[in-house]
Amino acid sequence: MTRRYSNSFLSILVIILGFLAVYLISGVRPDIILKSIVISAFGSVYGLSETLTKSIPLVLCGLGLSLSFKASIWNIGAEGQLLMGAVGATWVVLYLMPNAPRLILILAMFLMGAILGGIWALITAILKVKFNLNEIIVSLMMNYIAIEFVNYLVYGPWKSPYEWGFPYSTKFPLSAQLSRISDTRIHYPTLILAIILAISLYIVLNKTKLGYEIRVIGDNIEAARYAGLDIPKIVLVVLLLSGGLAGLAGVGEVAGIHHRLRVASGISPGYGYTAVIVAWLGRLNPLLIILVSFLFGGLLVGGDAIQVSLGLPGATINFVNGLILIFVLVQSVSKARISYVRKRKK
Amino acid sequence: MNAILEVLKATIPAGTPLLLGALGEIYVERSGILNLGVEGIMIMGAVSAFGVTAITGNVWLGVILSALIGGGMSLIHAFNSITLKANQTLSGLALTMLGLGLSGLIGKRYIGMPLPNKIYNLPILGLKDIPLLGPVLFDQDPIVYISYILAFVFWFFLFNTRFGLELRSVGESPDVADSAGIDVFRIQYLAVFIGGIMAGLGGAYLSVFYAPAWIEGMTAGMGWIVLAITIFSLWRPERAVVGSYLFGGIRVLQYKLQPFGISPNILNMLPFIFTILVLMLASKEISRKKISAPSSLGIPYFREKIT
Repeated sequence: MTRRYSNSFLSILVIILGFLAVYLISGVRPDIILKSIVISAFGSVYGLSETLTKSIPLVLCGLGLSLSFKASIWNIGAEGQLLMGAVGATWVVLYLMPNAPRLILILAMFLMGAILGGIWALITAILKVKFNLNEIIVSLMMNYIAIEFVNYLVYGPWKSPYEWGFPYSTKFPLSAQLSRISDTRIHYPTLILAIILAISLYIVLNKTKLGYEIRVIGDNIEAARYAGLDIPKIVLVVLLLSGGLAGLAGVGEVAGIHHRLRVASGISPGYGYTAVIVAWLGRLNPLLIILVSFLFGGLLVGGDAIQVSLGLPGATINFVNGLILIFVLVQSVSKARISYVRKRKK
Repeated sequence: MNAILEVLKATIPAGTPLLLGALGEIYVERSGILNLGVEGIMIMGAVSAFGVTAITGNVWLGVILSALIGGGMSLIHAFNSITLKANQTLSGLALTMLGLGLSGLIGKRYIGMPLPNKIYNLPILGLKDIPLLGPVLFDQDPIVYISYILAFVFWFFLFNTRFGLELRSVGESPDVADSAGIDVFRIQYLAVFIGGIMAGLGGAYLSVFYAPAWIEGMTAGMGWIVLAITIFSLWRPERAVVGSYLFGGIRVLQYKLQPFGISPNILNMLPFIFTILVLMLASKEISRKKISAPSSLGIPYFREKIT
């Protein structure tokens, strides 16, 4: 038990040291930073609506990643998969079927986004299964490639002639813009989709054969081999689904918020990376991930706010994210250790 | 002919930050620890070297401090993975986020700032007149020469000294090493620390010698390429030299191809696509030669197990 307390102490120490570092470097008092984050994200109706808006892509990416992580597949590529989803949606709206009726257009956007996101992750999966490549490095490289690809499109072939030279694609027609709740930016079709998918994923993971197989592979790959599971096939399926979920997030961002494709950093301020923390803090549990996404949506809103009001650089929020990840890590260790010690005592 | 020489000459400095990082990461992984925080450590090295150089005007003070910061930061990872036995992948990712965030915070005031003194190349008399190789290898800045020496030292120590033997045996089978009386945790801590120093140096080279400038997020994936080079090198320092200069060459190619009207975004993809290709090559070689990564790579060592 003392070890559990000492680890909690350690993780709190990490956070305190972190905020102390921010104070020493920037001269802004940590309590002011915290207050500013909390008030801007949760202190007003507008703040709450923005927090909810930003939590939508986090839920979808977090769900995708949790599926991979459950199988011990280290997909760090949600960022790229999200961006490819955004490309897919834009492709459908502006080039494939611009004149389709609204409902069909929207369904086609989500479908194509999921397909492109899924394919992007599938490349990582194939390289892992066929060539035994490390999926962490490959999925990260795919992120960088996707970022450059999106930027290539909006500076090059997809650049709109009507946008005063800005790197934007042509604006989506009204029929392709997702509905929002009154004058907020909450594109609720994506939100509803995310919640339905979270519940479905919970059921798949806990009640189906596929879910069982994923958990076996994640817990003990040797046992999975003995049990005769088709591991390569499951890896491919898991990453396809994982990328597809992140791809949906990208569709939501372009069709619900920006109404056009724009440079990668404008579409995602790093949702795919933040989602790694969301997935772990949500203990890879789809329902818990919804809750955690809301908190991190707030952190992103707060991050924008401290940039504007306190003049701190946008990267500060990266630092806070890193601290939280270490916090999660130290906490998870105390649990793993205790169960290890218990096993030994038996 | 001159154009080719020029490309080769530019390749060496472009590959140097990668070489420094990869030499260190080879030692880390040889000890059985996987440090995915290289990107974060490199960028902290870059910002601290730039900051110190800008303030004091002394390049070497900046370089030394960046090595210490790199080493210090890596100790966070060492503590997480060796003492706490936490998940090494997550700890490395956390380190990368910390580094990217903290460097942005520290570096805000250095954006667009020039360095007080320019660093000149230091041709080595005698050697630089060797035909072909001379001007390519021996008309460079001092850190490049240090990196040559370090590559040799890292190779020599790994395969010809007692420390190298202990390092390799810890990574292959820590329990056997432990029962042979080797202090596993001490070796691992030392290896991770060395890796941090080298990544910090790589970052310092980037911001003070190569660029020279501070740009937020300037490592732009180099830390991850270092990890790929480590695999490509099959954990051998001499092969890391080849791998690093290959990537250096790609970087130079990126600039040389720009005037031909290819989209810069497409050119920016090159190193990342090349990384995947290089990993595939390495993977083929690994299965053909039946080499493997250090057996205990990424697996925490519980000493209690053998008692």
